[in-house]
Amino acid sequence: MQEPGQAYAEFVKGLWKENPVFVAVLGMCPTLAVTNSAVNALAMSAATFFVLVGSSFLISLLRNVIPRQVRISSYIIVIATFVTVADFTLEALAPDVHRELGAFIALIVVNCIILGRQEAFASKNRLLPSLADAAGMGLGFGLALFALGSLREILGNGSFFGISLFGPHFEPWVIMILPPGGFLMLGALLLVFGVVKQKRLEASRERERKAA
Amino acid sequence: MSAGPASTEPAAPPSWRLVVTLAAAGLLSGLAIVSAYELTLPRITANKAERLRQAVFEVLPGAKELTPLLWDGQHLAPAGKEEPAVYEAADSTGAFVGYAVPGEGAGFQDNIKLIYGYKPGEKKIVGMQVLESRETPGLGDRILKDKHFLGQFRDLSVEPSIMLVKGKGENRASNEVDAITGATISSTAVVKILNTTNATWFNRLLEPGDASGEGGS
Amino acid sequence: MSETGQLFWILMSAMVINNFTLSYFLGLCPFFGVSGRVDTAFRLGLANIFVMVITSLCASVLNIFILPHAPYLRLISFIVVIASTVQFVEMVIRKLSPALFRALGIFLPLITTNCAILALALFQTNRGYGVVEGVVFAVGAGAGLLLALVLMAGLRVEADLSDIPKTAKGTAMNLLIAGILSLAFMGFAGLFSGSA
Repeated sequence: MQEPGQAYAEFVKGLWKENPVFVAVLGMCPTLAVTNSAVNALAMSAATFFVLVGSSFLISLLRNVIPRQVRISSYIIVIATFVTVADFTLEALAPDVHRELGAFIALIVVNCIILGRQEAFASKNRLLPSLADAAGMGLGFGLALFALGSLREILGNGSFFGISLFGPHFEPWVIMILPPGGFLMLGALLLVFGVVKQKRLEASRERERKAA
Repeated sequence: MSAGPASTEPAAPPSWRLVVTLAAAGLLSGLAIVSAYELTLPRITANKAERLRQAVFEVLPGAKELTPLLWDGQHLAPAGKEEPAVYEAADSTGAFVGYAVPGEGAGFQDNIKLIYGYKPGEKKIVGMQVLESRETPGLGDRILKDKHFLGQFRDLSVEPSIMLVKGKGENRASNEVDAITGATISSTAVVKILNTTNATWFNRLLEPGDASGEGGS
Repeated sequence: MSETGQLFWILMSAMVINNFTLSYFLGLCPFFGVSGRVDTAFRLGLANIFVMVITSLCASVLNIFILPHAPYLRLISFIVVIASTVQFVEMVIRKLSPALFRALGIFLPLITTNCAILALALFQTNRGYGVVEGVVFAVGAGAGLLLALVLMAGLRVEADLSDIPKTAKGTAMNLLIAGILSLAFMGFAGLFSGSA
């Protein structure tokens, strides 16, 4: 079996084609709340990545040991453990970021993406593909969060990673770092992606018609 | 992949196996969590203590040491393991500098948490820092950073009470605070929190040696 | 602030000023997934309030009696409590009103992974609310969720009937609608805090 090839495919799909945020629109609770700055988005992505990969690792290893009847409860216990560990680690290493993110680190445990990947993939696949899948999804999630966070911070605060970009006279579009901005920005991005997808579809249909 | 007869659903495992699995999961989970907790606790406690010290030293210039205190109904007493109510600060020679008092109340958007430095001898506030707030960015959240606004709390009389005024500039009285333009409600909230907290502590926070049975400094 | 004043502030803050969905982005799964019809949204909102109040009480009990000895078990114990509560509510509804049970269908188990419930327990703990404050907070948060769900459902019904470009239909549109709703709710900020 082409194991490395398969693993790579599993990894890549999470980045764009099946990006959990932009395509499946999952895990939105943390997505919108912590994307008011690039740093927060990055920290949340890192924590989610850790939980996702760790959980997939354990659950894929134990997939034949956990009885089907108690699988959801077991997954939740595993995920909650990783989240708690991530929470303590972040609090110890980066207390300021931890304070900004607040309870949303703990809310990773109910992020549909994680439970979804365990149920859909890690519980049914071998270790390497499961790890690749988790890593890809985690990275795709991170990219989406980072994109949102950066855009919102640049527009809403005139800064990137806290570094002022446009100078003191820039009038920031404050709404972007407030809750409505989260909804609007994600909606706008989805709109843009939708239009791009539509145009690509039409272009390929044109090509097919011409070739026929 | 999970094994099993191809044509029929595999028989459900016995109940004891379900229980054992969950119990094992719980046990391992507990172990992992406790280990992580113990490992990170020293660092977390140190971080929290450091942040508090920074805040106290910011609102009480000259302070170098602090003692957490509680009110036991009649006097100030050392806080021990409980959550302290106020902090007594001393400078590097051990001389009394003042009290740092945390306060909390409703702001424009959500609760504001702050801490202020208080000198009982002069009945004055000598510093104020907002610890937590969710005010409007660019407007209300200037209570966190606006140097002019914060500077007013370096020498603010609390008698008879702190009053919020607008646009008085340098003509304000010793107990008046100029509101931040465009952030009146957030500024009002800060003043209100200070007055309410001060009302509770005014009679309790005395110069050391002023009343018999005071907690020592 | 007086005792009732404080409780009133907690209620109104959770319900409109810091609406769980429109300000904190909680409870988005049912918000976007379910709110296609107003009456379903309303019933889900009610079930939510019920689960939230029970969760709040359980969280208070945990916080007072058990967790001071083991604060690191907070997350896991909250999750277990919530899952059990939802299971319990499901059984109760099935017994008492099979019609309601059928109407709510799959939504009930979804409440477990509804971030709003866990967030309620976590916020309540972080803010140090007592038992009464916790229940008031739960009622306010649940009512806020209900409000957001019902409003969203109504708006989506209208949006489905209107003439918008095909690429915009679906989640993108719903997000933009939600953004405008969130914007509208920002108007509640400053309510009750202007008085000296």
